[in-house]
This record gives sequence, structure tokens and C-alpha cells, in this order.
Amino acid sequence: MLLEIKELTVEFSSMHDRIRALKNVSLSIAKGEIVGVVGESGSGKSVTALTILGLLEKNATIPAGSITYKGRNILALDKKELQALRGKEIGMVFQEPMTALHPTMRIGDQLAEVIHRHRKISYREAYQQAVVSLAEVQINDPELVARKFPFELSGGMRQRVVIALAMSAPPDLLIADEPTTALDVTIQHEILKLMQELSAKRGTSIMLITHDLGVVAQVCQRVVVMYAGEVVETGTTEEVLRQPKHPYTQALIGALPDLAEPDQPLSAIPGETPDLRNRPCGCVFASRCAHSLPVCLEEPPVLEQALLEASSHQVACWRRDM
Amino acid sequence: MSGMTAKPESISTMATPKTVNPFWYKIRRNPLTLFGLFLLLVILFASLFAPLLSSYDPTKINITQRFAPPSAEHWFGTDEVGRDIYTRILYGARLSLGVGVAVVFGAGLVGTVIGAISGYFGGKLDQLIMRLMDIVLAFPSLVLAMAVAATLGPNLQNAMLAIAIIKIPVYVRLARAETLALREKLFVKAAVTFGIKPWRIIARHIIPNALSPVVIQVTLDIGDAILLVATLGFLGLGAQPPTPEWGAMISIGWKYLLDYWWYPTFPGLALFLASCGFNLIGDGIRDILDPKANR
Repeated sequence: MLLEIKELTVEFSSMHDRIRALKNVSLSIAKGEIVGVVGESGSGKSVTALTILGLLEKNATIPAGSITYKGRNILALDKKELQALRGKEIGMVFQEPMTALHPTMRIGDQLAEVIHRHRKISYREAYQQAVVSLAEVQINDPELVARKFPFELSGGMRQRVVIALAMSAPPDLLIADEPTTALDVTIQHEILKLMQELSAKRGTSIMLITHDLGVVAQVCQRVVVMYAGEVVETGTTEEVLRQPKHPYTQALIGALPDLAEPDQPLSAIPGETPDLRNRPCGCVFASRCAHSLPVCLEEPPVLEQALLEASSHQVACWRRDM
Repeated sequence: MSGMTAKPESISTMATPKTVNPFWYKIRRNPLTLFGLFLLLVILFASLFAPLLSSYDPTKINITQRFAPPSAEHWFGTDEVGRDIYTRILYGARLSLGVGVAVVFGAGLVGTVIGAISGYFGGKLDQLIMRLMDIVLAFPSLVLAMAVAATLGPNLQNAMLAIAIIKIPVYVRLARAETLALREKLFVKAAVTFGIKPWRIIARHIIPNALSPVVIQVTLDIGDAILLVATLGFLGLGAQPPTPEWGAMISIGWKYLLDYWWYPTFPGLALFLASCGFNLIGDGIRDILDPKANR
């Protein structure tokens, strides 16, 4: 395993409250694998990513768990070691390509800065390498684009530049935090295809954070479904999307609009996500679940094998036999 | 953002193939700024071509010609040792302009770097720096400048240093405020995730984007700095005779005001016009760069 997160718990404390943003989160990513992390806003997807990079705010504490990357415990690294890890070993792609680029620096210089930082080559060589990496993300006329400023590029082009930046070191793990949310559907398709190709070509693993199950279906080999800071279901994309076992995953899939029947009203999941200050003592999804039993309100279910035969499909639900 | 400046009345000019530079267009609509620009150009011209505009030596003593009134020979008259006041004003322009620009650029540079560091790292370092700046700001600026200049000893370098010290806190505060906003911008956070070191982030990502308020402050401060240099000179804490410095000239000349009016009057007028010019330009640039004042 390239990255292995085990029973990670993250808390944020403010003046009055303590919020448990992640609870017993376990997930792993193998070399060259694309893993989707799905969940709605506030489910802990981005906090997981920031924890891996060691970029949590100062008010965050990690009372339990471990993150192992290439056999090293990331949580035990000091500032310098983390700085060296970021970009070089783990790259990050952001949701907003419009604001993720330095507005007054030319594209080529931005890339060269990162390349120069992580490889032992001169700035001039780094700049030449920057042009090459622009070509690798399928930008036409990379020399011209290298001389441009971000505002001269379209959203899709900028996201390609951001991917080039994140991949320039080149890292072994790429964390993509909703990389296609700000783009239109055709560009989204191209960007996903590009990431898939880069992953296949270089053996880069990708942790793809998204709330779009369509994106997961298109590129991910495995998927982790998160709800209120917990992993509720995980397995291969095939298993989870075809035979969802957790009522939350089922509801998410049910909420997808069906283009074949445009008159159908959009279905939504009733209720709200639980208040993370006072976590329910039972299952976090119980209050919104259509199938809840008395036990669901009392004891939290653990992540266990979903089916009788051996597979990677796991679900945290008292009614997994359903 | 030239698209934003297109207004209905400018359609006719847009129809012609000649395009109007929006900056120039705005300056033209603001006669006071234009006047300030004119004054600045005159001073710049005077200081660049001082040796060509006068045949006299600014420090050569000619006792036979002392207190000569303004004439074709000596346009602004001569002083108590017979030096040509017109010539001394020209060379004084060179000095004032150079000192004003150097002091403000120096203070701007140092202040911006300190402010960016303070804002980016935050915490105890930030507290320490900002409280130090508060101490400097707590004193009336002229009194502090006088105290510093007097302590270090009265000469031009020390006067410049004193003025720079009292100017720095303003730049620290400006740069810090911008840095606090920039630190939260995604592109700065992205640079952190790419493993770029903090010093490099400050130098290449924070400071270049925090410069616009600093630039406006610099243009507003140059006139003030020129006035402060002259004030310290007038009080005997700045440039020492025989340096042709406007403040020092007024300082000696004001005793002769009743008998030989031209001696302090012309340096005073030069000083007035110079600081007036810089202030008008500073105000104009602020108006032009302020998107809310888009008339």
C-alpha cells in the first residue's frame, strides 16, 4: 500500500466546542490506483486530504489514528520533512482553477518554481522542463502558454496547468479535491481522461475527492463513501455502485437525476447531516435512514464485510444483510 | 480592466482607430493632477539639467556680489556671501528630489518586507513587530524625527535615516493588512501544498501582490518627505551649509527677510511648489487607482 490511513480521528476545538470532524476513518490507496472519496459537503473529505498533507489549522488535534505513506508515519514528521513531502511526494489539485494560480506570475515561471524546488536542476532547465510538462497535460503550443498569465487562459486550460503543477515533481500520490466541479461537462470529461492517462503512464496513485458519482464511475477503481466524518461504505466501484449496501449510498445513487425521465421530480435525502458537536451515539445516518432499527440509535455499527463471500466490499450498517 | 472604463461618452473616441489610454484619459479629466504632473516635470528637469540651466557654481563665494537683488544677472538675487540663489535652488531641487525619493523608497521597501513577514508568520513575532511599530507611531512624527536626527548627529544622512524610521510603520501596517488577506488566497495555499518554502512564498507570492497600496502611499509620501528634510534642515538638524538645501537656505535666509526679501522667499516658493506637486500627483494616482471613485 502506498498510503494507509488507520482509524484516523481529527477534532477541531473552538472557544466553546469541540467538533469531531473525522471519526475512525480508515482507507488505503495502492500504487497506481485511483480511489474516489465521495460524500456531501462537510463529510470530512477535504479534512482527510489536509491531514495527509499536514496542513490542518492550529486548532486541530489528532487524538487517534495513523497515516502511513511508503512505510513512514506522516503524523510524526516535523515541519521540514513535511515541506519536502508536499509537492515532491504528494501533489494536490484544487477545486477552483480560477484562484489556485498566482495572478501576476507567468505560467512557465510558476511551474519552474515548483520544479526547481524539487529537482536538483538549474532554474533555466526547470523552465524548459515546465514547457515539457505543459505539453504533457495536452496544452497546444506550450511555449506560448508558458509566457502567458493565468487570466489569459480559460478554466479548462488553467485546471490543466494546476494538474501540471501538482504532477511536476513528479509525486507518487495526487490528491484531487473536486478537480472538475468548476468546469463544464465536456471539459470535465477531458480533465478526468487526462488524469487517468497520467496515472496509467507514470503509475501515480490518485485520491479523487468528489461528490459526483458520475465522475467516480468514469475513472475510479475503488470508492470510499463518507458521511459525517465516517467511512460508511467502501469497495470496488463496480460493487459499490451496482450493489450499494449502505442506505446512504443507496439514497445518493437514488438522488441522481435520470435524463431519460425529465419529468420526474428530483429526489433528495430527507433531514440534515448531524451536528458534529454532539454526535449521535448510534449510527450517524440513523436519523435520516428509511430502514433504521432501534439498535441503530443506540450502538454505532462497525465497518465489516458486506457479503458472505470474500471481497473488499465493506459497509458500516446494522442491516447489511438487507 | 480597460473594459470597465468604457463609458457612454467615450464611444465616439472608441469609434476612431486611435485608442485612448485609460490612465491618460483619467489624468486629463483631472486638471489638478495635471498641474501636479507639470510641477513634477519642472522639478525633474531642473534637477537633471541644473549645470546647463545656470552658469554659476552653487557653492562659490563672491563677497562683492552679496545681497544683490533679483536682476537679469541673478534672477533670484544672491545671498549673504554672494552665491546665486537661482543656481542654489536648481541644485537644491536635485538634492530634495533625490533625498525624498530615496527615503520613501527605502522606507517602503523595508516596511513592506517587515509587514509581509509579520503578517505571514503571525503569532508572537507579529505581536512584537506590531507593538514596536505602535511605539513609533505613538510619537508625533516630526518630534521623533528631530530626536533621532539630533541623537545621531546633525547631517543629511542621519536626517534621511530619521525620516525613514518614522515612515516605516505606515508601510508595515499596509503590507501586513494585505498579507493577512493574501495568506488566505487559494494560490498561496496551493504554493504551500507544492512544498514551496515560506521565505520564497513571501518574496514571490505575497509581496508582488501586496504592492498596490504601497505604491500609492509612496507617491503620497514623497512630498511629505521633501518637506520633512527641509524642516530638519531649517532646524539645523539636516544638511549643513554650504550644501544647497532648501530648508537650510530658508533657515539662514529668514533672518534677512525684511531687508533682502528674495533670500528666503525663493527657496520657500520652490519648496511649496515641490511638495504641492507631489501631493497633487499622489491624490490623483489614488483617485485613478481607486475603483470606487470611477467617475
